[in-house]
Amino acid sequence: MAAAPTSAFGTSRRSDLIFLVLFAAAVLTAPLWASLIGAGYPDLLQKWAIYGLFAIGFNILFGLTGYLSFGHAAFLGVGSYTAVWSFKLLGMNVLPAVFFAMITAAVFALAIGYISLRRSGIYFSILTLAFAQMSYNLAYSVLTPITNGETGLTVLPSDPRILEQLAGVRDTVSTPTTSLFGLEMTGYPGFYFCAVVLIIGFFVAMKIARSPFGTMLKAIKSNQTRMNYTGFNTRPYTLAAFIISGMYAGLAGALLASTDPLAGAERMQWTASGEVVLMTILGGAGTLLGPVLGAAVIKYFENIFSAFNDQVLMEMFNWLPETLQEAAVAVAGLFVGEGWHLTLGVVFMLIVIFLPGGIMEGIRRVQKLFRRSDGASRTDTASESA
Amino acid sequence: MTVFDKGVSRRSLMKGGVALTAGLAAPHFFTKSAYAYLNEPTGGTVTLGFNVPQTGAYADEGADELRAYQLAVKHINGEGDGGMLNTFSSKALKGNGILGKKVEYVTGDTQTKSDAARASAKRMIEKDGVVMVTGGSSSGVAIAVQSLCQEAGIIFMAGLTHSNDTTGKDRRANGFRHFFNAYQSGAALAPVLEANYGKDRKAYHLTADYTWGWTQEESIADATEALGWQTVEKVRTPLGAGDFSQYITPVLNSGADVLILNHYGKDMVNSLTQAVQFGLRDKQVNGKDFAIVVPLYSRLMAQGAGENVKGIFGSTNWHWSLSDAGSQAFVKSFGAEYGFPPSQAAHTCYVQALLYADAAERAGTFAPCELGKALEGFEFDGMGNGPTLYRAEDHQCFKKVLVVKGKDNPSSQFDLLEVVQEVPREQVTYDANIPQFAGSLGSCNNGA
Repeated sequence: MAAAPTSAFGTSRRSDLIFLVLFAAAVLTAPLWASLIGAGYPDLLQKWAIYGLFAIGFNILFGLTGYLSFGHAAFLGVGSYTAVWSFKLLGMNVLPAVFFAMITAAVFALAIGYISLRRSGIYFSILTLAFAQMSYNLAYSVLTPITNGETGLTVLPSDPRILEQLAGVRDTVSTPTTSLFGLEMTGYPGFYFCAVVLIIGFFVAMKIARSPFGTMLKAIKSNQTRMNYTGFNTRPYTLAAFIISGMYAGLAGALLASTDPLAGAERMQWTASGEVVLMTILGGAGTLLGPVLGAAVIKYFENIFSAFNDQVLMEMFNWLPETLQEAAVAVAGLFVGEGWHLTLGVVFMLIVIFLPGGIMEGIRRVQKLFRRSDGASRTDTASESA
Repeated sequence: MTVFDKGVSRRSLMKGGVALTAGLAAPHFFTKSAYAYLNEPTGGTVTLGFNVPQTGAYADEGADELRAYQLAVKHINGEGDGGMLNTFSSKALKGNGILGKKVEYVTGDTQTKSDAARASAKRMIEKDGVVMVTGGSSSGVAIAVQSLCQEAGIIFMAGLTHSNDTTGKDRRANGFRHFFNAYQSGAALAPVLEANYGKDRKAYHLTADYTWGWTQEESIADATEALGWQTVEKVRTPLGAGDFSQYITPVLNSGADVLILNHYGKDMVNSLTQAVQFGLRDKQVNGKDFAIVVPLYSRLMAQGAGENVKGIFGSTNWHWSLSDAGSQAFVKSFGAEYGFPPSQAAHTCYVQALLYADAAERAGTFAPCELGKALEGFEFDGMGNGPTLYRAEDHQCFKKVLVVKGKDNPSSQFDLLEVVQEVPREQVTYDANIPQFAGSLGSCNNGA
């Protein structure tokens, strides 16, 4: 393979690099192009990067090994709680928070994965769902001293923050804000921090997918029984994939807490677990870029579509005659505002029916169309099956 | 292991370099010139953010809050009949918007979740450039959004939030609450409960498991124990549980003769309905009729629970049947707009919007610190609760509290509660730093 640097799936390392650079460029310039679609503000951009990371991690498990976990939000929540506790006990720097969140999430993933991975298919999904619901209920009521229940865990001026105490910079008056060595993690700096972590996460996921380990995971997806018959013990591989994807979720949780130091139990609810499944399927399970796109679409709907009200709609349709305008607003009103779930449901249905491979399949089809009309036959498939 | 062992051409490196530079340069496009305060409105309009629950356990309240806000915007902009602006003791607002700027608004769904509410409020602040966020129908959400507004540097006008903590231990300089609180409920209810149920009772609490439930449970238990009642058991239930039968069954065998439901919204509708279905109210315990008390009542909930609310005591901030000029004016213009009377959630949100507009007008600016000073210690009347004070120490309003009872013979689907007593302001006033409330406002924040 030295002469022609192609991996088992026919993607060259060079095209991978170009792909990564393009991805990084697109992510880092997000504030520019996102403002064209009304999404150019820090909070949504942060959510895009964070949930994109969450979905990338989820895809390492679901997309590569085919194990559908319905409990990944538990790791997100664990990551958030750990990060906030790190803020409270150690200090407001985000690096220790991110580090400890990943460690704790890995420990949780090891425990949950060790048990759940004894089963596969629907039984695995149900087991992970059960564990996540258990974590949610624990966080919600039993562990209230640690999690502060429904109210959520927040940072207080009176927290110990040992590292800051040692450095003699602990401020006990105003509410502390998270920082990266003095750079406040709110607004655009917060987004760029998340964006850099997302790019690193994307790179790692790419390397995993291209590695022999990744090939092994894909083999498990296509035929685990045959793998077992040929003498492979697949469990360590699936467990490793589960832990890695759990760590990604923990990292995403830590970033959520870093940009907004608050951790609530609702982050662990089954709806949150379902959301990441939707993101991955919507974007295209098994592809590198798909989950990120899926996450962006869902968060866009949640934040932008839910904010449309009749006033906004009236302005949008004011080119229609008055009676038609009111009718149009009445119909469109069902799909925006509190009805954004409905729109998302319709979009999801359409995609699953017509593009089973998600948004990425749509992109591939469009690419194919162009190629046919060009008559060219390039094999730039970096964005394809990862 | 080499990461990319081959194939990094000069060309792709340069392409990447250009893209990266563009990315890193991006923030400079967003560097704002220095304003006096965050989101200072420069054009002919000013934007307010209405952040209410449109889905979840408190969706009914949220829908009514939104109606009230839209009505308030109309009145501030000089459309409609003016509602409470005609009865409001301060005459600063002229019906031409606020400080001559037309009021516009954006809305968001809190989903009754702190995360979603903060994301929604952040969108309003960062994208829509609002000068004030208001709303919320859950204290957990109100507290989360209030601290967000404090950090960001804009004003938060709390909607329906009844927890002591909102203006107690979690009070903030940029946050203001018109609604009453759990402590005031306890202080208002206790004498009525004593008169109707006597001094020797055993109470069983079912409590929504979050900040509001906790403080209400504490306040009501304190108030009733002061009467001589015993508290048998305090059971926490998850928010939005739906089915409360597993919590209600043990009540029957606990020896308690009063059930106190620290629930609100759909939770209260469900728990009360199930308690009645389980026959609690037909029971005799310790030789007394079993009683149910709902400390925080609202007409929307009474509507949901129907027949079951008859004869049940509780407290509310306001009720549409009040006969003062302010209430009448509000009920009239709300009814003309939507065809039914407003709820207490609608009332408090409407009043908060007007109070904000009035304070901005009097302060001559939208800057949170100056505007906050105009609200602090502000004494007003004509907003439906009699003479009211916005206390400077904790940003809590002090006014009359209503003790109400489910009507035995309702004349319409809205006429479900009767006002038993209008508890005077003095009886529900407390010191700002009693143990249940001790907290610190911190210093106000103008953002920018």
